[in-house]
Order: sequence, then C-alpha cells, then structure tokens
Amino acid sequence: MLSALNQIAAITVANLRTVPSRLGISLVIVIGLAGVVAVLTSLMAMSNGLSLTLLATGKQDRVVMLRASSQAELNSVLARADIDIAKQAPGIAKDADGNAIASAELLIITELVPKGQSKGGVNVSLRGVEQSAFVLRPEVRIVAGQRFKPGLREVIVGKKAQSQFAGLDLGAVVRFRGADWKIVGVFESGDAHESELWVDVDTAQTSFGRPNSYSALIAQLQSESAFDTMKAALAADPRMKVDLERERSYYSAQTEQSTRGIKFLTALVSVIMGFGALFSALNTMYSAVSTRTKEIATLRAIGFGGLPVMVSVLAESMLLALLGGLLGAVIAYALFNGYTISTLGAGFTQVAFSFAVSPQLVAIGLILSLCIGFLGGLLPALSAARTNIPTALRAG
Amino acid sequence: MKLFGLIWANLFRKKTRTLLTLLSLISAFLLFGLLQAVSNAFSAGADFVGASRLITQARVSFTQSLPMRQLTQIESVPGVAAVSFQQWFGGIYQDPRNFFAQFAVDPDRLFAVYPEWKLSDEEKQRFRTIKASAIVGSQLAKKFGWKVGDQVPLESTIWPTQDGNKTWTFEVAGIFGGIDADWESRANLMYLNFGYFDEERQFGRGGAGTFSIRLKDTDKASSVAAAIDSIFENSPDETKTQTEKDFNIGFFKQIGDIGLLVNYVLFAVFFTILLVVGNTMAQSVRERIPELAVMKTLGFTDFTVLMMVLSEAFLICALGALIGMGFAASLLVVASKSLQLPLAPGDATLWLQALATAFALSVAVGVLPAWRARTLKIVDALAGR
Repeated sequence: MLSALNQIAAITVANLRTVPSRLGISLVIVIGLAGVVAVLTSLMAMSNGLSLTLLATGKQDRVVMLRASSQAELNSVLARADIDIAKQAPGIAKDADGNAIASAELLIITELVPKGQSKGGVNVSLRGVEQSAFVLRPEVRIVAGQRFKPGLREVIVGKKAQSQFAGLDLGAVVRFRGADWKIVGVFESGDAHESELWVDVDTAQTSFGRPNSYSALIAQLQSESAFDTMKAALAADPRMKVDLERERSYYSAQTEQSTRGIKFLTALVSVIMGFGALFSALNTMYSAVSTRTKEIATLRAIGFGGLPVMVSVLAESMLLALLGGLLGAVIAYALFNGYTISTLGAGFTQVAFSFAVSPQLVAIGLILSLCIGFLGGLLPALSAARTNIPTALRAG
Repeated sequence: MKLFGLIWANLFRKKTRTLLTLLSLISAFLLFGLLQAVSNAFSAGADFVGASRLITQARVSFTQSLPMRQLTQIESVPGVAAVSFQQWFGGIYQDPRNFFAQFAVDPDRLFAVYPEWKLSDEEKQRFRTIKASAIVGSQLAKKFGWKVGDQVPLESTIWPTQDGNKTWTFEVAGIFGGIDADWESRANLMYLNFGYFDEERQFGRGGAGTFSIRLKDTDKASSVAAAIDSIFENSPDETKTQTEKDFNIGFFKQIGDIGLLVNYVLFAVFFTILLVVGNTMAQSVRERIPELAVMKTLGFTDFTVLMMVLSEAFLICALGALIGMGFAASLLVVASKSLQLPLAPGDATLWLQALATAFALSVAVGVLPAWRARTLKIVDALAGR
C-alpha cells in the first residue's frame, strides 16, 4: 500500500516537472477553463449583485399599502382620504408627538440619459416623499448637501443614480414638465432606493398635475406581528379598497422577477461553455498522454503500476484546471467586482447595482473547473494506464 | 476541388482528436447561435417598423399621459397625415403570467395610422358601435381561443371604473391580422374602445396616453418631430417626438445593453476556441511534416500545400458551425414557441454571421500551421530535422 502511495507521489512529481516542456498544450487547458470560469463568475456576480440590492430593500416590520390589485407602486393611485384613514389604522408605530411613522409617497417615472450616451432616455423613479420618510427609513443618509425643503422644487438624488445618469451633480438643475428643479443633496441607502430621485410629495403633486394623488403609503409597524392587526382593520373598512403587504415581501417578489432572466442566461451559458471546455480538456489531455506514450510505457516496464500512472495524469489535468479556475476568478474579480450597471427593475424603472464577486461564487467556479479537469483527465488517464507496453516501446 | 478527398481523409487521421475538436466547435457555435439570436431579436424588434411613423410621448416619461387637447394641435402641423393615440390599460387576463398588451384607442384613428392591421369592415363597424368592445390580434385569439362575440374580463392594474371596481369586461368585436407574415406574427395585442374606457374610468379622463403620427413624407420625420415638440415647449405637457424605431430602441435599451453582454461572452468563448482549435491544427501539421515533404517532392506547390492546410481548418470550423447552428436553430424553434419570443431561427442574418465567424476563425487557427507547411524545406523535413 505504502509503495503504491510512494509510486503515485514519485510519478506525479516527475510528471508535473515535464509540464513546462508541454507548456503550449497545457496552457490550452488553463486558458480555456479561465475563460469559462471568468464568464460564469461574472454572470453570477451580476445576478448576485442585483439580488443583494433588491433583497436589501424593504424591512419585515414595514408595510406598503397600494390600491387593490395594483401589483406595483407605478399602477397604484390612492386618494388623500385613503391615506388619512390608513394612518389611523391600528398597528402603525407612532412618534413622540403621536404622529404615525408613515410616508405617503407619489412615484413618478422620469426619463434621464445614461452617462456615456448622447440621446435616448431610460426610466428613472422620481419619488415624492413626506419628511417622515427619513424617520421611517433610517438607512437613508444624506452624504452630500442637504435634504430638500418642503414646498420648494428641490431634489435629492441617490448615489447610484448619480453615478449612472448624466446631469445629476450637486447644485445642477434638472427640468421636468417645463420647470427647473435644483439638486440639493445626495443620499445613500444601500438598496434599490439609491437609484431614485427624491422630492417633496406635495410639490410633486402640484408640479406633475396629480393633486391629492398618491401611489403608496409606507408605514412602520409597532412590531413585526402587528401586520395582521393592520391588515384586518383595513380589510374591515368598507371605504378602503387597498392591498397591504410587508415591504420585504413586496420587494422580494420583484427580485425573483428581475433576476430570472439573468439566472436563465447564466445557466445556459455555463452548461454549453462547460461542455465546450470539457471537450477541449479531453483533447488536450489525450495529446499530453500521446506525446508521453513512450515515457509511460518505460515507467510501466520498470515496474510502476497502472494506478499511479493514472493518478499522475488525473493530477496533472486537475492541477491545470485549478490554475485555470483561479485565473478565471481573478479575471472576473479584477474586471467586474464593483462594476455598476443598471437594468429595468420590476417597477418599470432603472435599478442600478454593482457586480458582487463573493467567495461562494469563486468556490462554485473552482468546483466547476475541477470537475471539468477531472472528467477531462479521466479517459486519457485510463488509456494511459492501459498502455500496451511492448507496442508503445517499439513505436516511433 | 480534386484534393477534397485528401483533405477530408487528413481531417480524420486521428478520429478522437477531430471529434473532440468538432464537439468544442459545436458548443461554441451553439452558444453563438442562441445568444446572437437573442441579441438580434432585440434590435430587429426596432428595425421592423421603419421610420414611417412618429411617436409623441410626454417628455417626462412615456408613462405620463398627454392631454387630448394636443391631438388637434398635432394634426395641424404640416406634414402630418394622420394622428392616433393609445392609452396603456395594464389589464390582467385570469393570471399575471398571461401577459399581453392592451391599449385604449379610437377605432378610426387606429386604422388611419396603422394600415398594416387588417380587419373586415363589418368587424370595424362593430368595434365602433359596441361600447364595451375590443379587437384582438389573431395570435392572441388563437392562444386563448377567443371568438367574435366572446366576453373577455380584464382586471386592470391601473384603472378603476366609476364604482371603484377594477374588473372590466369587453366584447370581442373583431379579430385583426397583419398585411404580411411579419405583421401577422406581431398581432398579439388587444385594442379597446377608447370612448367607453374614457367614460367609465374613475380618474385620468381626457388623457390620451401617447400619440402615433403617420407622416405624409417620411423624409421629413425629423423636421415634423421638431415642429411638434416646439409647440409644447415650456408647457407642463412638454413632448418628446421620435420615430417609432427610435422609440422602440429606447424601450429595449431600458433592459440594458444586451448586445454588449452577448459580445463579452462570445469574445471569451471564441478566444478559448481559437486556442483549442489552433493548438490541434498545429499539432496535426507537426505530425504530418514528413508527409507534406513527400507531397512537395512529388510536385505539389507551396501554395497548394498552404491552401490544403487552410481548407482543412475551414472544413472543420464550417462543420462545427453548421452542426452547432443546427442545434441552436432547433432549440430556438422550441424556445420561441414556449416563451412567445420573436426569435427567428431561420434568420439569414444569423447564418451569415455564423459563416463569417467560422471563416475568420479558420483563418486565425490555420494561418500559422499553413505557413509552416508552406515554408518547410523538403530536405530538412525528410531528414527529420
């Protein structure tokens, strides 16, 4: 047994020493798998980044109230009366003065031009909020400038929105519906709201011709379990035709929708590229074995077993695969980690997000690459182990 | 051409190697076919309509409805032949997964601006006169088994009726098709009678949505667009007018730069495949050097030997492309049926792109080995130096 292990060690080391002399062909495996892993990791990082952004949006103890069967804030229209009634509903947390911690909001879609493009706008959310929105969402922090003042046409912009769309610098003026709005602040929130522009809700209503009209009411619950109380109270009220949902589940439903396409694409591309790489690895290892036929036969002739020969071939292919996988992960990380893009979110507006290459994704890439290395080495390894010694020694 | 037999035989001198190379190539072209089809579908959707129409939307966003009073103002702009308007309804039929588009329109204006839709006069008349009526595209009617006279309930995500209800019921007044196969395949939407819709909706009355404009002279598109936008400049309802094509491109761009993403992936795939096939070709030529020397001794010219190696490279690349694209095409047929996407598997552009790629790839992988075969010296090669 020990001798078998010794044989394996000796022959593997000897084998790996000859890899540099087969550099060109070995590089094919390394670079081939680097390509697969880089693409796979980047695509996964994209879907991961979008999920992280959307999943960070929404809390379990906050609720979104929309008009019944609206599905999204964009479609929902609530009147002031609905808001006033809902703010009195049981279950909503109150501040020190006894006011509901809730923000009635109006979502308006605007068009902005993405940076680096000269024409053609994309949909960006302009959210009219009450001042209480900042109490309601403590995750929103002003990082430059200040908050907008009620009654003035002032805007604060999300940091991601600022990075993605042209003309959103602090102090700049944007034009909507024939009126100038001044950008007075920049905020961070670490979630999907960072792709939005925020303004005072009353000013938005008058400026956009939607008097007394809201899209949603966002409210803080007294506790997570107060949800049922509030929902039951609103359902029992004959004046109200609304849907109430936890903010978390409202946004996670959107997450699934938005990432489905990317996940499908990732799976498709990885499976096909994976097969391609497997065939290349097989090809390369077959050639590696065939150039060493004589050497292997000699080893077998002087008493090395079939198993050590097989293991040495497998070890070579897996080591090359590992190198390829690592190289691919490094490429993906260097090119794309933190790279920010935006896409159409479920709310029909742009959500900006950053690619996130996490250790798990790197691990998945490496496992895939090792699997391909193993499978690609297996058949050539078997054929090496079965070398017919006299024939091989006589050849060439 | 008489050398084809020899080239073919050379290709299969090592069956395993050729087979594996071929399989790598097939994977690459399968991916090429699928991704490029998606990417093409995104740009073709925009190409399809041409520049014969303009779309006027609210400058703020196309989701903001423009007021109906702008209709007559737009009509009076010189160069405008006909104007229609469409308001997004956002209805759900039974299940959100049954998604299709519905627009509330004026029947006569619709057909004045979109003569590409075909509907019998009798059905047109019914669409005009029955208040709560709709016409459905032939594809949609097929999918849901609708016939003229059926009542279709739609749950609007946006519009409540006067009594606060969000369920609307429309009678199918007609089933429209397209004037050619292209338009026919796009007849998968529903038009609702605007008059009834506007009367019944609880809010937003008098909003037209967006305007579609048919031009008298398509060459004047940009000047007419500018003239329309200048009328409403600095008003609360500023407009943005662009060709239908640009409007559609903008719509697809929202999703992100699909073309760029596809290019990144395909670049990685073909870079890898270049190495794999290049390496195989180099090895195969290396093994054959004595043979090539013999051929040259027999009188084959340097050029013939060069072309033989290049043809061999092209043959294997073209074979891989053909089989890979064949797979991609059959997958696309399945996908476009089940996903209802306009992916065109038989698209000539796609096959030309694949052929061009195969050609470029074969030159890239074949050029070095071919040059080596061309320049080898008979004496050295035969002596094994």
